[in-house]
Amino acid sequence: MAEKKIRIRAKLKGDVAEVKTLMSHPMETGFRKNSKTGKKIPAHFIKEVICEHKGNKVLVASWGVAVSKNPYLSFKFKGAAKGDTITISWNDNKGESATADAKVS
Amino acid sequence: MKRRTFLKGTVASGMLSVAASAGLLTPRMVLAAWPETAFGARSIDDALNALLGDTTLSESGDIKIKAPEIAENGAVVPITISTDMAAESISVLIAKNPSPLACSFALGGSTLGFVSTRVKMGETSDLIAVVKSGGKLYSAKKTVKVTIGGCGG
Amino acid sequence: MKKLLLITAAISVLGAPLASQANPEDDLKAFRGYFMERFPNVPLEEFANGVYAIDAASREQWEAIEEFPPYEIAVDEGEELFNTPFKNGKTYASCFRNGGIGVKSDYPYYDTEKGQVETVESAINACRTKNGEKPLKWKQGDIAALSAYMAYTTRGQTIDIKIPHDQRAVDAYENGKHSYYARRGQLNMSCAHCHVDNSGNKIRADLLSPALGHLSHFPVYRSKWGNLGTAHRRFAGCNKQVRALPFKAQSPQYRNLEYFLTYMANGIPWNGPGARK
Repeated sequence: MAEKKIRIRAKLKGDVAEVKTLMSHPMETGFRKNSKTGKKIPAHFIKEVICEHKGNKVLVASWGVAVSKNPYLSFKFKGAAKGDTITISWNDNKGESATADAKVS
Repeated sequence: MKRRTFLKGTVASGMLSVAASAGLLTPRMVLAAWPETAFGARSIDDALNALLGDTTLSESGDIKIKAPEIAENGAVVPITISTDMAAESISVLIAKNPSPLACSFALGGSTLGFVSTRVKMGETSDLIAVVKSGGKLYSAKKTVKVTIGGCGG
Repeated sequence: MKKLLLITAAISVLGAPLASQANPEDDLKAFRGYFMERFPNVPLEEFANGVYAIDAASREQWEAIEEFPPYEIAVDEGEELFNTPFKNGKTYASCFRNGGIGVKSDYPYYDTEKGQVETVESAINACRTKNGEKPLKWKQGDIAALSAYMAYTTRGQTIDIKIPHDQRAVDAYENGKHSYYARRGQLNMSCAHCHVDNSGNKIRADLLSPALGHLSHFPVYRSKWGNLGTAHRRFAGCNKQVRALPFKAQSPQYRNLEYFLTYMANGIPWNGPGARK
């Protein structure tokens, strides 16, 4: 289910591109216990989110386990035009990663 | 105060050049490895030291925190940090969380001082936003209450 | 409390539901009237938003979540599942009117042939078994994603549940209604205690949502669950919260309860899937 989906919405408002993204990820803290086995559920969380536009890193997010499950991120930047591509990628503590892109509308 | 007015005045014409001279486009900032020590730190000072190399915070009225007074659910608290300062980074710390550092955002030269996300808060706590601008650390904080529901959880 | 005692007394006095006295239309008027009076500043259609129609502070947080709601991913998954053919080459579209688009408003309904209430989830699984596929688990996962996709394409339509002129359908409705007002569990409380009598009040830090419009926004992504769940999943949770043994998802008890509760939401927009705490 769900694995690694990244949804992106990028809209130009005046000269500012507003980007909103929703990522599918358990963001497991490592503190919770499996109610049936009593064992700790290992931490599994996104460490880094890299947002790029025309080869520039517009934003790099460093995350810990305190970011909510199925995380949301929104940011704004200047210098984008309609039709430009925004690329969002993440990598997590298990070495998994995902990437997606969207066009500025 | 004077510094802020100066920066605002130059936004229209040369924000990028101001940013460059303030060292905002230093590759060091955006390519730093994931700050493991900072995320593992148990105190705010240790986290700030490990992440930003400094613990001196100047309170600033130019950092706005949008967060609920009482969180509906401590696992998903929507927050927005915004500032007009030329920000190199925005970091969020939750004082009473086991490890206070929640997240940190390194901003590119033409990226606005604005981030919105959702965080987990274990209990009622101060939410602290730290903005690095011009090499200095500025902060603002807001108390967010986290409660126990009545429906058995 | 008095009102509730009157209702439960009335039910016990009547004994087995007397079909000739059942009048769902009158029930609906009374139910709706009670909430419109209790919350005079809330227009009828706003009840589709539950507690967020009556509390500004939590509404602000909900609106922040709705900027990019967590159920959007499930809607995408649901769409993908919906359009993936079964092993026999057919798709879900073949089982529903209008190819399954905008038809969640058909559910729940009383199936006079089968002699039971059909819900959208039961229809999804019926479609699967009809086409040689194993049925899905009832309360979360793929079935919730499919239900979310169907809810999404149905958004904006007005809830209009019908009770056909059939004694069994009326009985199903009455059974659901009885369930709603009956005490259960160690805490000995009924659904109505919280969501009718005490709607808008707090139990510790939880604000009790009004029952009017309750099923408009399912399936629901609950922050507490961290994923999407169906109405019957929520019923089971509520029952457990008053320390009652829950019924099984898609059991007659829950189907009838869903039938009654959705009928009580007639006139309110379908606005699923929803996001709640």
